[in-house]
Amino acid sequence: MPGWQALREELHTGGFEVVDVCLEMAGPEVARPFVEAAASTHPSLIDQTHYMDARFGVTNIPQVIWIDENSTIVRPPEPASPIPVGEAALQMVQLVGRTEERERYVAMVKDWVEKGPDSRYTWSPEEVVARSEARSPATSKAAAHFELAQHLWRQEGFSPRAITHFNAAHKLQPDNITYKRQAYSALAVSRSGGDDPDGWTRFRQTPQEGENWPFVSDFNKDMVRFQPELAARLKLPGAGSS
Amino acid sequence: MIVDRLDNGAEEFQQATGWEIKLEGACKADVCVPLADGDFDLLAIAERLGMAVVSEPDLGLWALGPETLGGRALTTADASDLRLPDLDGEDFHITSLRGQKVLVVAWAPY
Repeated sequence: MPGWQALREELHTGGFEVVDVCLEMAGPEVARPFVEAAASTHPSLIDQTHYMDARFGVTNIPQVIWIDENSTIVRPPEPASPIPVGEAALQMVQLVGRTEERERYVAMVKDWVEKGPDSRYTWSPEEVVARSEARSPATSKAAAHFELAQHLWRQEGFSPRAITHFNAAHKLQPDNITYKRQAYSALAVSRSGGDDPDGWTRFRQTPQEGENWPFVSDFNKDMVRFQPELAARLKLPGAGSS
Repeated sequence: MIVDRLDNGAEEFQQATGWEIKLEGACKADVCVPLADGDFDLLAIAERLGMAVVSEPDLGLWALGPETLGGRALTTADASDLRLPDLDGEDFHITSLRGQKVLVVAWAPY
């Protein structure tokens, strides 16, 4: 987040704004420490129902959407991260990937801010629709199950029927990582008594030895399936060798 | 969209899904899908728009998934219906930033 804030400060006078949207069913207080740590001066929104998934096709985080001066999308949701700010953040990024891709992406944003519709990185409305995430009847059904799961979680916590709907969403759209990590993290916090005092409890998204795990997958399995190279580099259980 | 009855009106449907019921049919931005004549029928419109319906019969709840027209997540490039609360609960509407280029960053603390 500090990286997006730095880009916003650099480009704001040129008619550029950042809006961050936190996808978290537990509500704004979970997001607030991150926003305050980044000293964000741009709007920070909370999406407690994963509306961004259903409305725009967001399936993972972070993902970025470019919206022009007329509220028209010129690039649909895509994975993107800013240039890290600070030595610790840089080291973390170098652990999981290269920084060159981030630098290229920020250069694309700057090109758009400078050239507007003449930027070669923007697309027509027809291209934007065509390049947006694929949506099948199964993914629509996954969204419906996930909305019910969140609703039931608010009413009953991780009741058997809430878990049934979480798992149905996970099975119907296995590459929707937000549906999965939201459920895993909320379970971790719930099992710690509803609190996350060290800020790391929510990242315990893989069952500990002997732990009863109610979901069809977990963080390590998802990494091995969807990011096998990174899983190998991080030496996750079940990953191949890097 | 979660409902506890199926006789909801067009206004509630529009608020939850962005689809407005007009004479031409169900419309979002510049896209209109013709509908059969007659009163507002939630399940028939959901089927017409390719929205999945999942029920939780014990609780009398139904959830509608998003439309699947065209097989893409976006039906239109128009994002003017993007409206969410900020961290203090104040309503934010993307149109309040008209005239600026906006980078919307979806993130999560998980």
